[in-house]
Amino acid sequence: MENLEHILGEHPFFQGLKHEHLHLLVGCASNVRFDAGQYILREGAEANTFYLVRFGKVALEMGTPNKGPMIIETIGEGDLLGWSWLVPPYTWHFDARAMELTRAISIDGKCLRRKIDNDHELGYEFLRRFSDLMVKRFDATRLQLMDVYGNRA
Amino acid sequence: METAPDLQSISAEAALSPMLPRPFVIKRVRRETEDTFTLELEPTGRDDGFSFTPGQFNMVYVFGVGEIPISISGDPARPTTLIHTTRAVGTVTKAMDKLRRGDTLGIRGPYGSPWPLDKAVGRDVVFVAGGIGLAPLRPALYHVVSNRERFGKVVLLYGTRSPADILFREELETWRARFDLDVYVTVDRAMSGWRGNVGVVTTMIPKAPFDPRNAVAMVCGPEIMMRFTAAEMIKRGVDIRDVSVSLERNMKCGIGLCGHCQFGPVFVCKDGPVFPYAQVRDMLVKWEI
Repeated sequence: MENLEHILGEHPFFQGLKHEHLHLLVGCASNVRFDAGQYILREGAEANTFYLVRFGKVALEMGTPNKGPMIIETIGEGDLLGWSWLVPPYTWHFDARAMELTRAISIDGKCLRRKIDNDHELGYEFLRRFSDLMVKRFDATRLQLMDVYGNRA
Repeated sequence: METAPDLQSISAEAALSPMLPRPFVIKRVRRETEDTFTLELEPTGRDDGFSFTPGQFNMVYVFGVGEIPISISGDPARPTTLIHTTRAVGTVTKAMDKLRRGDTLGIRGPYGSPWPLDKAVGRDVVFVAGGIGLAPLRPALYHVVSNRERFGKVVLLYGTRSPADILFREELETWRARFDLDVYVTVDRAMSGWRGNVGVVTTMIPKAPFDPRNAVAMVCGPEIMMRFTAAEMIKRGVDIRDVSVSLERNMKCGIGLCGHCQFGPVFVCKDGPVFPYAQVRDMLVKWEI
C-alpha cells in the first residue's frame, strides 16, 4: 500500500496533494494492466472508475457507421483516462482501447465519491484538478474542431 | 511564328532586377500527399545554383497564370537544386500541380527573414510544424541536422490532419530513427488502424523533452495553430523572445514596395515572414489589421 501511495504521489495529476489525502485515495486504488487491443472502457457502460496511465498508450474511440471506430484522441504516460465517473448519470461516452501493453492505477469512483462527500477539501482538490484537465481538453477539442489544416479547395 | 525566349539573356537581366523572374526548369516532381507536391528546380542558362537562408521564400511565377509566394523547402547546403513544396489550393498552385519535368517556372527571390538559427546555437531547439508548415521549417531542420554538434536537444513536433496528410514521411522516419533527434508526430483524426498519436500538436508540448529555460522554438503552420502553440510554449516556460513564427499574408512584390502584405507597422515580405512572436503577438488577435 505504501508503494501505491508513492506511485500516486508521483503521478502528475496528484502532484502536490496532501499526504493524508493520498492515504485516503490508496484505499480506492489498485494496479491494473491491459494488453494491446484490450478494451478498457465501453461506450454506454457504467462509469465507476478512472485510470492514471503509468505507461503505454490508449486510444479513445467512437464508432462511425460503415467506417468502423474512429480514434478521437490518444493518451499515454502521465495522462488521466475518464471523468464520467464524476458526473451523473455515470456512463462512458466513448470506448477506450489499449494500443499497446498499458499499465495504470485504477481508482474506484464509487469509493472516491463517498470519500469526497465526507471530505470537502479532498473534493475541492479533485474538482480543481479535473477542471484544469477539462480546460486543456476543451482547448484541444476546439482546435481540433477548427480543422485548421483542412482548407481543401 | 512564335519565337522561343532567350532564357540566358532573361536570366542575366533578372539578376539585375528584383522584379524580373529568373527562369527555372523543373527537374523532378514528387507527389507528397493527395494534394501536396514538391518541385525540384534548376536555373536555366546559369549553373550557379540558388543560395538561400532557411525560412526564406520565393515569388514563383506560373507563366500566364500568376505569381505567388512559396517558402523554400530544400537543403540550404545543396544550392544546386531549388526545392518548393506546396499544396494545390488556389489558381496558381493548381496550375503548378499540372506542370511536369522539363516545364519552366519564373522565380524571384530569395526574399524575407530567416529562422533565428544563430540564436539557437548551444541551446535546445524545438520545431513545431502544423500541416504544410513543415515545408518552410525543413531547411532549418536540414541545417540543424547537418550541424548537430552545435545544438542541444533537437525536438520536432509535427501535427497534421490525418495519417494520409503526413508530409515528408520517409524523412520523418529517418530522423525519428536517429538517437540525437526527438521526432513526434500526431494527427487530428484517424481510423482505428492507426498506431500513432491522435490529438492536436499543442498537446505534445508539455511532455516534449527539452529545457524550456534554454530553448528556442520555431513554429510554422496555420495562424491559429501557431497562436495556440506559442501560448503553450510560454506556459511551459519558454521565454517569449525565444519563440518565432512564420506568417503568411497577401504578398505581391516580395520586396516591401507594394504594401499588399502590410501587417500593422511591418511588411510581411520584407520584415518577415519569420518574426519573433513577441513582435506580432498583439497584432495577431486584432482582426482590424
